[in-house]
Amino acid sequence: MDPTRRQQAVAAWALALPFVLLFAVFSLGPVLASLGMSFTDMRRTDIRDPLAVNPVGLDNYVQLVQDPLFRKVTLNTLLYLLLGVPATMAVALLVAIGINRVERFRGFFRVGYYLPVVTSIVAVSVVWKFLYRDNGGLFNTLLGWVGIDGPGWLDSTTLALPSLVLMAVWRNFGTLMVIFLAGLQTIPQEVNEAAEVDGASGWARFRHITLPMLRPTLLFGAVITGLGYLQFFEEAFVMTKGGPLDSTRSATYFTFDQFGFGNYGYAAAASYLLFLAVVLLTWAQFRWLGERDDATVKGAKK
Amino acid sequence: MSTITAEKQTAPKAPAARDGGEWRRTPSWLYAVLFVGLFLVVVPFVWMLLSSIKPEAEVRAVPPTWWPETITLDNYATLFTKLDFPTYFLNSAIVALAVTAGNMVFCSMLGYALAKLDFPGKKALFAIVLGTLMIPGVVTFVPLFVLTTNIGLSNTLLGMILPFLAGPFGVFLMRQFIQTLPDELIQAARIDGAGELRIFFSVILPLCGPALATLGILTFLTSWNNFLWPLVVAQTEDKYTLPVALALYSVGQNATQYGLLLAGSVVVVLPVLAIFLVLQRHIMQGIAMTGIK
Repeated sequence: MDPTRRQQAVAAWALALPFVLLFAVFSLGPVLASLGMSFTDMRRTDIRDPLAVNPVGLDNYVQLVQDPLFRKVTLNTLLYLLLGVPATMAVALLVAIGINRVERFRGFFRVGYYLPVVTSIVAVSVVWKFLYRDNGGLFNTLLGWVGIDGPGWLDSTTLALPSLVLMAVWRNFGTLMVIFLAGLQTIPQEVNEAAEVDGASGWARFRHITLPMLRPTLLFGAVITGLGYLQFFEEAFVMTKGGPLDSTRSATYFTFDQFGFGNYGYAAAASYLLFLAVVLLTWAQFRWLGERDDATVKGAKK
Repeated sequence: MSTITAEKQTAPKAPAARDGGEWRRTPSWLYAVLFVGLFLVVVPFVWMLLSSIKPEAEVRAVPPTWWPETITLDNYATLFTKLDFPTYFLNSAIVALAVTAGNMVFCSMLGYALAKLDFPGKKALFAIVLGTLMIPGVVTFVPLFVLTTNIGLSNTLLGMILPFLAGPFGVFLMRQFIQTLPDELIQAARIDGAGELRIFFSVILPLCGPALATLGILTFLTSWNNFLWPLVVAQTEDKYTLPVALALYSVGQNATQYGLLLAGSVVVVLPVLAIFLVLQRHIMQGIAMTGIK
């Protein structure tokens, strides 16, 4: 290696070193340790001597798959994802299209709709728990005005999870709205104008121009929203404590509980299954939304 | 940023729009819909604020009052005198500021190396850092707890800070930004005989203002709102951060003191809303910079 390149390499590693050290000890190390831990019977009592635990092979995973509670939290987590992602994307897209069409107050709307995103999930969960109250809550008071006797939203095994999803949509759609808005602005106006001249209706333009051209942006939005929703925890912790009857207990909540019980190996295995779901989801969404992409977008760009 | 691009696209077309382009004229009902939507989005915040200054009996009133009949700051007084909210607030601020400072320093250093320098292991390093962007926090917290316990950092603020001091998101953001800076700057400095580290600190870093601002604000907000790890680390009340304290009060013995809990929510939410409203331009830029490429 010649001296200047050598100098550059030394400087680069000197700059990288603090990050790499912290990252290795507090991120990468624990990720690998968690995997190792998931193949052991580690419990809280082993905390001072973590290397002295017994390997148990796949026992933790086998036990998890058979654990009715783990099956339940997996189902809850998937339901949260399946309800939450489409709803969040639909609201975000509608608002983005609306804001994209107005000429005034654009920045004002964008900031206003984004507000919930920056707030603490714990804090907004406290507020929404109050709004969802059976008697005197905002929702049931409004329903009462039109003569409907509102249910106890968070006390029902069927309504509690959708209620948490509704709050999540409110809390999170702002991020996607900003991303979609930026995506909408990359669509050349000529394309829409040409389609209009050819007599395409508003719905046709949305279906055949906006959606295909926004596909990469939609994909990105679906992935980041999905990743967040797979890990939901705080809203359930504050609003329902995972209840009623575990109907809002999530995979993260389950892991947290097992950690609390001192079952470290079991908790690590559960967290790795969640990790696996995250990887699969990302891969699937890229496959599913990415596929048809090339032809349509290229066609539309011409 | 995106507004500017939009203006560029529409400006030359303005006359055509007036002529006919039906789809581009803004119908006034759209403004109405957007304002109503915005009202719905901010209602929970307004409700939170108004309820927090009502006496407890009025907070629980059925049907609820919209505007407070009696205005009182009792809830806030309780939080800050009877309960230990000053400590929680301070803890939250210390942790968030330390995490923010760490990320600004360490991520810009590595971001520069990845963007502009040639070194063995570069590709692998970038791949590993990027790969961890999507690892859920729940995967690492059990081994992290074992680690912090064994190095004597459980139930300390340092234990809350260290694991978040160097995050992959910041590296990604800084690398994206520094890549857009011209290589000629660095080459010219090299010809002038500046050392590699000096080039980073006195040529590159001063140009990173906008990216650093974005990173700083986003990191601060994330850290301020962070919950799972502080919940695991904090074992005594004097180490609680605001979200930890609020969450534990809301499921514990204070669970039915709505006025108090809503005032607590205001204390958690108001600082970040204020920061956001003042500095929102940088946040929107950050989303555009990392989200849309």
